[in-house]
Amino acid sequence: MNFDTSIPIYLQVGNDLKGKIASGQIQPGEKLPSGRELAQQYQINPNTAARVYQVLEQEGICETRRGLGTYVVEEIGMQQKVREEMARDLTRSFLERMRALGLSGEEIGKILKEEENR
Amino acid sequence: MTLQTKEAEKNYGRTKALQGVTFDIEPGNIYALLGPNGSGKTTWMKMAAALVRPSAGGVLWEGEPVCAKTRSDIAYLPTEDFFYSWMTVEEVGKYFADFFADFSMDRYRALCGQMELPEKQKVRTLSTGMRAKCRAAAAMSRAAKVYLLDEPFNGIDLLARDQIMNSILETSSPDNAVVISSHLVEEIESAVNRAIFFRDGRVAADLDIEELRAREGKSLADKYRELMQGKEV
Repeated sequence: MNFDTSIPIYLQVGNDLKGKIASGQIQPGEKLPSGRELAQQYQINPNTAARVYQVLEQEGICETRRGLGTYVVEEIGMQQKVREEMARDLTRSFLERMRALGLSGEEIGKILKEEENR
Repeated sequence: MTLQTKEAEKNYGRTKALQGVTFDIEPGNIYALLGPNGSGKTTWMKMAAALVRPSAGGVLWEGEPVCAKTRSDIAYLPTEDFFYSWMTVEEVGKYFADFFADFSMDRYRALCGQMELPEKQKVRTLSTGMRAKCRAAAAMSRAAKVYLLDEPFNGIDLLARDQIMNSILETSSPDNAVVISSHLVEEIESAVNRAIFFRDGRVAADLDIEELRAREGKSLADKYRELMQGKEV
């Protein structure tokens, strides 16, 4: 994974995992790699890897089962919620950049439709 | 379990290689030791490895000045080869095992396997990248408390770099500390969590890198440029 090194890496790895959960690549109830494995997978510092799980836990996306490891929670609607949140974040930054180009909402909508039908 | 550097000075004739250097290395961290060539990184590492005597001040391990005995806890990987060219990869391991009680031949074999180092090959016939891997495999096969790695990625390709970095990440634990010196910041940016910047033999900064990103929106490379500004390289 290529990082934007001016943004905290724990956020970037967290988002990458959330993307995999939202898309179903990682399923609810699935065991996640250990902190050490995560560090090696992404070539990140082990402390950063531990922080990724801390944050995902706080957000209710994963849980640590004592002695067993970290798992994606099996709550109904969690996957949907993560997908919705990520979609909104992406849309917000997309709109921000389109507006910075001087485009109106109407123009943005038109371009979106055209691109979708291509 | 802290490696403390207190007001360390080192003079070579009139040249001041280190001046008033003070900082701590704590377990559970991977440190980047950054600075241009000649900024004092290697001198500090050799001092911490008890290979260079301080002119004043010095380095303490568990409260005592470092000496030949502390080398059993502090592993030092020099930037140049430290084995004989007639040795095979396997013999480098045996040579290390004779020197260090904490060396694990099993771990060395496993690392050589991961890094695709042929055990029967003579060191003399290895490429630069393979030699760097062999050096790293030997150093990371020790169960040390502190690993001092001097420019472990110098002059090697991306794949060898990844393999060496993986061996470092695998070894890193809450019980040990790793210090990686480099003048190539981008190569180690995501793997380290703290950085110590050297400039002209002094510590220019000592910081947590995720905090730097969160607070200042800066990368390690940005900070390096900022701190070394006006410095002739």
